Amino acid sequence: MGEVAVHALRGVDLRLFPSEFLVLLGPSGSGKSTLLNILGGLDLPTNGRVLYRGRDLSGADDATRTAYRRRHVGFVFQFYNLIPSLTAKENVALVTEIARDPLPPSEALGLVGLANRMNHFPAQMSGGEQQRVAIARAIAKRPDVLLCDEPTGALDISTGILVLEAIERINRELGTATAVITHNAAVSAMADRVIQLSDGRIASDRRNAEKVPARELSW
Amino acid sequence: MQALTRKLIRDLWRIKGQATAISMVICVGVLMFVMYLSTFDSLQLTRSAYYERQRFAHVFASLKRAPLSLHARIADIPGVAQVETRVVVDVNLDVEGLEEPATARLVSIPARQRAILNDIVISEGRYIDPTRPDEVIVTEGFAQAHELRPGETVRAVLNGRRRDLEVVGIGLSPEYVYTIRPGDLIPDDKRFAVMWMERRALAAAFDMEGGFNDVALLMMPGTRQEDVIAELDQLIEPYGGWGAIPRELQLSNWSVEQELKSLQGMGIAVPIVFLAVAAFLLHVVLRRIVAVQREQIATLKALGYPRRALAMHYTWWALTISLVGTVAGTAVGALLGNGMLGMYNQYFRFPSLQYRLLPDVVAAAMLIGIVAAIVGANSAVRQAVRLQPAEAMRPEPPGKYKVSLAERLGLQWLLSQPARIILRNIERQPGRSMISIGGIACAIAILIVGLFMVDSMDVMMDIQFGLAQRQDVQLTFAEPVSPRGIHSVARIPGVIAVEPVRSVPVRLTAGSRSRQVAISGLPERGELYRVLDATTLKQSSLPENGLVLSSSLARVLDVAPGDTVTTSVLVGQRTVRNLPVAGVIDQYMGLSAYMQIDAVRRLMREGATLSGAYVSVDSSYLPQLFRAVKETPAIAGTGIRAAALEAFNQTFAENMGILIFFNVLFASIIAFGVVYNAARVSLAERSRELASLRVLGFTRAEISAILLGELGVLTLLAVPVGMALGYGLSGVLVTVFDTELYTIPFTASPRTYAFCAVVVVLATLLSGLIVRRKLDNLDLIEVLKSKE
Repeated sequence: MGEVAVHALRGVDLRLFPSEFLVLLGPSGSGKSTLLNILGGLDLPTNGRVLYRGRDLSGADDATRTAYRRRHVGFVFQFYNLIPSLTAKENVALVTEIARDPLPPSEALGLVGLANRMNHFPAQMSGGEQQRVAIARAIAKRPDVLLCDEPTGALDISTGILVLEAIERINRELGTATAVITHNAAVSAMADRVIQLSDGRIASDRRNAEKVPARELSW
Repeated sequence: MQALTRKLIRDLWRIKGQATAISMVICVGVLMFVMYLSTFDSLQLTRSAYYERQRFAHVFASLKRAPLSLHARIADIPGVAQVETRVVVDVNLDVEGLEEPATARLVSIPARQRAILNDIVISEGRYIDPTRPDEVIVTEGFAQAHELRPGETVRAVLNGRRRDLEVVGIGLSPEYVYTIRPGDLIPDDKRFAVMWMERRALAAAFDMEGGFNDVALLMMPGTRQEDVIAELDQLIEPYGGWGAIPRELQLSNWSVEQELKSLQGMGIAVPIVFLAVAAFLLHVVLRRIVAVQREQIATLKALGYPRRALAMHYTWWALTISLVGTVAGTAVGALLGNGMLGMYNQYFRFPSLQYRLLPDVVAAAMLIGIVAAIVGANSAVRQAVRLQPAEAMRPEPPGKYKVSLAERLGLQWLLSQPARIILRNIERQPGRSMISIGGIACAIAILIVGLFMVDSMDVMMDIQFGLAQRQDVQLTFAEPVSPRGIHSVARIPGVIAVEPVRSVPVRLTAGSRSRQVAISGLPERGELYRVLDATTLKQSSLPENGLVLSSSLARVLDVAPGDTVTTSVLVGQRTVRNLPVAGVIDQYMGLSAYMQIDAVRRLMREGATLSGAYVSVDSSYLPQLFRAVKETPAIAGTGIRAAALEAFNQTFAENMGILIFFNVLFASIIAFGVVYNAARVSLAERSRELASLRVLGFTRAEISAILLGELGVLTLLAVPVGMALGYGLSGVLVTVFDTELYTIPFTASPRTYAFCAVVVVLATLLSGLIVRRKLDNLDLIEVLKSKE
């Protein structure tokens, strides 16, 4: 077997605006995760440029990208990635301790409806609750960008909707630019803008005339 | 090759760093085992062959002078196979290039070479020519120290007359494997020689014609030693016999025996520590492997592999790691054993000291390697075998955590979130944390055990030569002299102070226990030789009546102050008295008994005699003193403090350096192995967590601090534990080494403790740094995609 160069993304040109709610839609292998990783400063494009408020991130070193993530980006992952040895509140505090001007952890947890579960450890919470802790952790630093990679991928529908509601509320109340990756087309109804990725290219880029609240979604 | 074997090889290759670290710990354990025990075997076998070939005697006795006719009566003692009567005298030597006098022990040998007891092996030159009375054979050590070759001469003072003795041969004797002057601490080849001289020539010089003053005998197999000794004592008593001693108490053989015992002890005790640590490491690593491979195990079970095959598979992980270490350890152990034996060549003079690695030692090494592997693998293997396929297909449930002790105590405001992660992780797996702490503590303890001896020796020398014996020179007279002797010594230019000593050989008996020692009669409160308690460092005033005993002698006799011991003087009128034990003092060296000099004189029913003197001299006048001593035949022996210190430093300093080097190396290997494995296991378990933190914006340094902080905390906790453990083990070791002749003081200086802690912390840091490089290469993206 020889090595084959695989291009996850080809000729993607995309702008994300402040307080915009973006859904990136596409089947697995379409390159949506790669795109999110590049946006979040986890990965570097082999070609092309990534600009954050005019600052070029494409050639940035690890320390610069770490600082970018620390100050400006909030991440939510499919598998929550909570620290099992820390309680809900402490998982949030983990981020607020290293952020400038963060929300108090209890307030962040209040925003996702977990004010009464603050002192529970991850092992003592359901998947949906864990994911909402992850969201609280991501937004507590008041990020400029919230990136969510299949946030409902591991959850059943009713729990998934609770999580999407939390994201919706953050976007609305804090004005955080939000990008949600999903292969679940139903989610796209709650977005300002929907980008369809396919085979590493942007297949379509449309604006929703009307946003559907998360609670009314179904799949 | 079977598929499972392939899996084993590839899996092991993936954890090669950890496997190597564990192999190294096993390697060191096996290495010590092989090194010590093969050296033990080599010395032991060499010794017994040598003793047998040269007919090393079973019983030794000295006396004043007996007629040769007694020889036949000794030979008639039932059970005696062979008797050798000899003339043995100590004389002063005037060696070119040596300011101070040296001592030679002249031992008579027959005119014609025949199979005598304690026969000499001539390594160079030839046997003496009976027609030439000035020919001698000298010990190898002395010849080497002075580069003496056959044909050269040494000047000796024989009974007041200077004689040039011609060295015709260089030889060795089973009687002087450890060639040490009685009363000395360690051999001094420069200043002590044994010389063998034709019997008539030696007897003539000391008016011993037709007589002898020393006897050695060989017993027939199955004879009771005590019976022979009792009969011999009875026979020689009228001739000034000092009491016979068995081979076991003969100075040279006793010293070799002690060394053999400590080799054997070390060879068994030290490897146990290493192999226990290795078994722990295997336990932790294999448990982790089985946890990671639970799905693979389930699959194999689903495919129909029986439990036995899986058990064997995971046992082979441990066995492979262990066998690599065992084979390497055996090879390196043999190499180092060979080197160690070379080191023994400086202390023990054997005609040829051949290194031997016996098959049983190799077999035992393999066996302990296998046992360590099986013990270490046991729990992980059972875990793998017990796993139910259906259950194992599901990922392991997330870890359950709770608030740590420090937080429960109300200290949480002190702790950042990363600090909480560290503490909770340590507390969540207390067993594993204990193992890490125990392992690191073992490393510290091994270092302390290896190094406290240096401090102890320092203390011993400080007390012995700094506080107790403050004389520059100790003179021993050939025969007790009148007080005029002390005046003539005092008149030697440069002499600042002189103190008399009257030393008398006695047998002390208390109940069924008895020992032959010399009582030193000293001034009530001497300034040069001070009777000092080594523990309290207080000088004892010698009482007008009664004995002050060293605690070792008090133990041998099982007496305490207030008890009475029967004191039988072995010379002169052989008075027997019951004397009270007036005091017992701690002493590091020797079985000692002290009395006030006047009390000794009363015991001897003699006037103001002295048998020796302690002298303090202006050092610029030392050469003159030595010249005077060399010209005074009445002085039979000279002990020089500076020379004793020099010999001590030379012999010990060299070997201590090597010892310290290996100790540091081996302890570092344990510390490294423990910490590296702990770090790798943590890293493997928590890479996802750490990568998540990186994604959240934590820097490399910050996540390293979490992982390595945990190890740091464990190391810091291990430091006091290790110090305590080292203290305890050293204490045990001291009692193991505690013999009649030496008590090793147990002191380790704060510097030693600090040094040991620093070495282990450095080894920890090194392994931490290696793991940190792995942390820097965490794949942030991959780790987010997958479920644990």
